[in-house]
Formats: sequence, structure tokens, C-alpha cells
Amino acid sequence: MVPTAYYIILSAALFTIGVLGVLIRRNAIVVFMSVELMLNAANLALVAFARERLNVDGQVLVFFVITVAAAEVAVGLALLVAIFRTKNTADVDEVSTLKG
Amino acid sequence: MDVLLFFVTAAVALVGAIAMLVSRNAVHSALFLLLNFGAMAVLYLLLQSPFLFTIQLTVYAGAIMVLFLFVVMLLGAEQVEDTPDRIAWQRPLGILLGVGLLGVAAAASLRGAAGQPAPGGEAAASFGNPAELGALLFTRYLLPFEITGVILLVAVVGVVVLNQRGRQQAPAKPPAGD
Repeated sequence: MVPTAYYIILSAALFTIGVLGVLIRRNAIVVFMSVELMLNAANLALVAFARERLNVDGQVLVFFVITVAAAEVAVGLALLVAIFRTKNTADVDEVSTLKG
Repeated sequence: MDVLLFFVTAAVALVGAIAMLVSRNAVHSALFLLLNFGAMAVLYLLLQSPFLFTIQLTVYAGAIMVLFLFVVMLLGAEQVEDTPDRIAWQRPLGILLGVGLLGVAAAASLRGAAGQPAPGGEAAASFGNPAELGALLFTRYLLPFEITGVILLVAVVGVVVLNQRGRQQAPAKPPAGD
């Protein structure tokens, strides 16, 4: 069996890549994808710990995370479409005024 | 065998994530993220979670990524980063902070992993049975489960409200602090 530490380190690396995506990229959709990557990294850590402790509760939590992520993606992409319609850009640097 | 499979899958996941980060085209980013999600699903299978493997493939790789690709192509927002950054030092600073975060996270995970040994035995053989997960979902986690239903409903209503057209003049919004 693969040690849990390997999974946790992979999860940390993926989470860091997601953080870097949020910090570096300016395309709002790619920023959003990076958020999804971070959620996935956290899910991986949860599943790895659930396997290590032989406790299904971790998997239930991942199920909830995935459900909420689906709702979040739907609302977030609708927001992006609404922003794109008014500002005509998906660059996060251009959307800095908080005015309609 | 397990370890070999883990390393191959982990490499695929990391390559997918990094390629998503560096590719200039948002469509390519979405497809690389899809690769990453697929690799994650295989990792779930390695961790004896067949139910989450299925959910990952159908919800993430299926529904969510299709939504992403749809929006990218609908907006035509494939390449919007042609202009240089407004803040020149934000990219190197971001990379520096990211490497710092990776160091902290790796140190914390190595420290946390050095705890007591995991329980084993016959419980390990039957672990991850979807029936067990479903029973837990409808008994101890019944209230969170119903709340997720409400969240999904709110998301649907929110998407409809955000993207409705032609009703901007209707007195739906109170004139609060405009």
C-alpha cells in the first residue's frame, strides 16, 4: 500500500499549483479553474486520510465538497458571463471598479 | 504495483496541473485540467473509493468541465493575457510565495504523517463499500445532505436570475443606496 504521506505531498503540490494559478493568471476563467484544482487537492487529502484511518466520514465530506463545488461553478460561471456582458472582458485586471 | 501506479498517476496529475497553469489558451487549460481530474479519479480508485471515482468522473470531468469549456467558447475568452501585467512585480512575488507555501505544506504534511500507525486488519478489506457510504449519508449526515439540496436549488435560481435579460427596467430591485 502507498504511504499516506505520498498522497498528502501530492495534494500539497497540487494545492500550491492552484494558488499559483490564482496569483499569476489574469484570465478569470483560468483563475476559476485553479480554484477547482485547489478543491480537488483538498479532496485528495481527505480521501487519503479516510483510507488511512479506515473511516468513511472523510469520503462523505468529499461527496459534499464535490456537490458544493458543482453549485459554485454554476454560479461563478454565470457571474463571469454577466461580467463579460457588461465589461466585454475576462481579464481580472480590467474588472477593478466594483461599479456596474 | 500500487506504488508504481501511484507514481505514474501522480506524474500525470502534476503534469496536467502545471500545463493548465502555463498554457496561454484557456481551452487548452480546461483540457489539461480534465487530464488532472481523470488522474485524480484513478487516485481515488487506488484509495479504495469507487463511489468517489464515479462521482469525480461524472460530476467533475463530465459536468463541470463541459460547463467550463462551454463558457470559454461562448465568451471567446481564449486569450486575454496579451497585455503585460499592470503590476510588474506581481508574477515573481506570486511564484516566490507559492514556493514558500509548498515548503510549509510539505513540512506540515511530513510532520503530520509521522503519527501513530494506521489501523489495519479485516476492516481494511471491506473499506470503501458504496453501500456503507450511502447508509452514512442518509443517517448521520442526513441534515447536511438536505442542505446540499437547498444549495443546489439556490444555485439554479441564482444562475437564472444572473443571466436573465430584458427585465432590467422592471421594478424588481429596490433603489437602495444607488
